[in-house]
Amino acid sequence: MVKLLKMMRENQERLLTDWLNGLKAIAQRRDLISDVEVREQARKILTLISNPPPDTVLEDFSSEGWQTVRDQLMAISISRVAHGSSPSETAQFLFSLKPPMFKLIREQLTTTPDELFREIDVTNNFIDAMALHIAESYIESRDKVIARQQEEMLELSTPVVTLWDGILALPVIGTLDSTRAQMVMESLLQAIVQTNSRFAILDITGVPTVDTLVAQHLLKTITAARLMGAECILSGIRPQIAQTIVHLGINLNDIVTRSKLADAFRLALDRSGRTVTQKPGNHTPVTAPAAGVS
Amino acid sequence: MRTVSEQIITRSEVLPIRTQIDLVHVRQRVRTWLSEERFTLIDQTKIVTAASELARNALEHGGGGEMEMSLLAVGARKGIRLKFSDHGPGIADISKAMKDGYTTAGGMGLGLSGSRRLMSEFEIQSSPESGTVVTVTRWK
Repeated sequence: MVKLLKMMRENQERLLTDWLNGLKAIAQRRDLISDVEVREQARKILTLISNPPPDTVLEDFSSEGWQTVRDQLMAISISRVAHGSSPSETAQFLFSLKPPMFKLIREQLTTTPDELFREIDVTNNFIDAMALHIAESYIESRDKVIARQQEEMLELSTPVVTLWDGILALPVIGTLDSTRAQMVMESLLQAIVQTNSRFAILDITGVPTVDTLVAQHLLKTITAARLMGAECILSGIRPQIAQTIVHLGINLNDIVTRSKLADAFRLALDRSGRTVTQKPGNHTPVTAPAAGVS
Repeated sequence: MRTVSEQIITRSEVLPIRTQIDLVHVRQRVRTWLSEERFTLIDQTKIVTAASELARNALEHGGGGEMEMSLLAVGARKGIRLKFSDHGPGIADISKAMKDGYTTAGGMGLGLSGSRRLMSEFEIQSSPESGTVVTVTRWK
């Protein structure tokens, strides 16, 4: 064991060269990650393995002493996810350390077949453990990326816009599942308080399917907005959605609805005592200023 | 009256219903099929909505299952059949479950009855041993 680590320290350069050559032979996508970066990662791993804290054995990869190696593997997996390497390519990175290690052991340990076999067995298990760890880390890193993207999408898709003083609009885009519905309700109620709005327009033009769950979420949001003193108008109801709602038997009789956002806006303006008029004589296109006049 | 022997299944696909994401996938696949088969926009919307209701039932009450989607042809007439099966505890009282407004899960209680109105044919079988199977068909 101790002999093996000493051997690794003494032959580190050779191991590194052999390892990198092996990696080059099997690499599928050399464009994803630079040779310099791979070399740096491989060197770090080799240095960390051959210089472990005292009383750390190769037989137990989960022990405290290998924490630095595990951290380094995690860092490598993060960089691989970012570069777009596949999980098997990432694990392959470690598996290709096996041939140079076995070669080294065979050359330098000429004692007994028993000892030779034991060292090869230990090395093999250790590299397998590292490969498993990097595969796990790879998936963990990718899950984190996915979770972050989901959060970003949730935030992106629930913007509350002020159309006029006291008139808010919330265009809902995409599927309205329970999480989305909760976000929609929260951001709408928050905006009603912040802007002192009396009218809120909920536009569902961008919702592909309105089933009973979506309808229930919409009704709850509208009821909550009413409790806060805002009048809610549901807009963006397409003909096919209207028919489906009727067949499903959903009762929207208590809700003010309009087919278009523009109609809902007009209604909100009207109810808040405003009218939109066209200025007389101002409906001709504006002429462009003459060139050269500053 | 159509008999089973005259019906030809021209296309068929099975989709799992195990997670919330599967519900989205079910809706998307049904919509893709319907637009490929040139169902009208209104038919598409109705069928996708019914699929959404029944798939959610299979997930929430049946603990997950699957949907088998088949395209039928009877002569020149085309239709789509969706079969939702789960291995849940079954429905205790089907006639009660089919009533508007009856719910055991805090929903609107319109999923089953609404789906029946959205589709042309509706069939339901349920037992505690074999779970629930809902088969709906809509003809073009």
